[in-house]
Amino acid sequence: MINTIWFLMIFIGIIYAALSGNLGEINNIIIKEAGEGVTFVLGLIGIMSFWMGIMNIAEKSGLINTISKGFRPLIRLLFPDIPRKHPAERWILMNFIANMFGLGNGATAFGLKAMKELDSLNTNKRKASKAMAMFLIINMSSLQIIPLTVIKIRYDYGSINPTGIIGITLLATSLSTLTAAIIGKIFERGS
Amino acid sequence: MIDIISLGIVPCLVLIILVHGYIKKINIYDAFTEGAVEGLKIAIKILPYTIAIFIAIGIFRASNALDMFIDLLNPITQLLGIPKEVLPLILIRPISGSGALGVVRDTISHYGPDSFPGVVASVLMGSSETIFYTMALYFGSIGVKDHGYTLKASLLSYVISIFITIFICGIFYK
Repeated sequence: MINTIWFLMIFIGIIYAALSGNLGEINNIIIKEAGEGVTFVLGLIGIMSFWMGIMNIAEKSGLINTISKGFRPLIRLLFPDIPRKHPAERWILMNFIANMFGLGNGATAFGLKAMKELDSLNTNKRKASKAMAMFLIINMSSLQIIPLTVIKIRYDYGSINPTGIIGITLLATSLSTLTAAIIGKIFERGS
Repeated sequence: MIDIISLGIVPCLVLIILVHGYIKKINIYDAFTEGAVEGLKIAIKILPYTIAIFIAIGIFRASNALDMFIDLLNPITQLLGIPKEVLPLILIRPISGSGALGVVRDTISHYGPDSFPGVVASVLMGSSETIFYTMALYFGSIGVKDHGYTLKASLLSYVISIFITIFICGIFYK
């Protein structure tokens, strides 16, 4: 599916640009975005290494294990295929928590680590496992509790109550995550 | 208040982890460097996927094809009760995070932060995620080619969450 979407985005983009006489822009964009991709990853190396380092300390000291104990029933419910106390459990949880607090790059680092652990449990290395699908479906439903960037924009444009959306967003986010978990389970059964 | 939370969260977390590790007599310096190596490994693995996605999004956005889709979809979404002012955000949100933030800024500056479209845009931005990029990155990092039902399920859940968001905003917005 991503194959088709990737194709369509580029295909429609180039054809549409050609028809509207905007083709020159496409050349610039290819050069620019290829560079941006590299810059983005380069920027990510530092902060991701930092979080991986910090979390390795928390892992070794047993702090992550202590935190994840409380959430274990929830993880078991969502990911019944992960063996008890497997490291995947902890990294998934750290990714969820980092996402809740809006630690974007930290969350990415833990999420990629979780994928690596889930991969070690996967029997068919080419195909996404049920646990991977569920992890991503929930991850991509947004877990952030306080949308700081949006609040900043609202403040900048003179909102009478910039933080007024926190409650509604929290409700919307909770419901979207719940929806994602239910839909994930339905697809899981159907597969 | 928000400023204090956003400024304090990272330093506090780092402090708690370091203090806990130190008390537990972990060699925190070694543990840090040992973990940090992984950051580099992961970055190299995700680079091709990042470039692939960035270029596709860049071409799609620069061509203004998005505007065509908005015109095309507008009659349908109007019937479903989706305000036409937030349609650009709905379309760009799963594709690009920075693009979506730009659209939120536009919507808020144009209609006002406390208008109905402004509120819906704010809440929608906070209650959804950049689906395509996240998926390409996460699966790419471990070389899984067959994504199964992940994207279908995520998009379906995204569509449902849009209606939930608009419904909730409608209740609270007076």
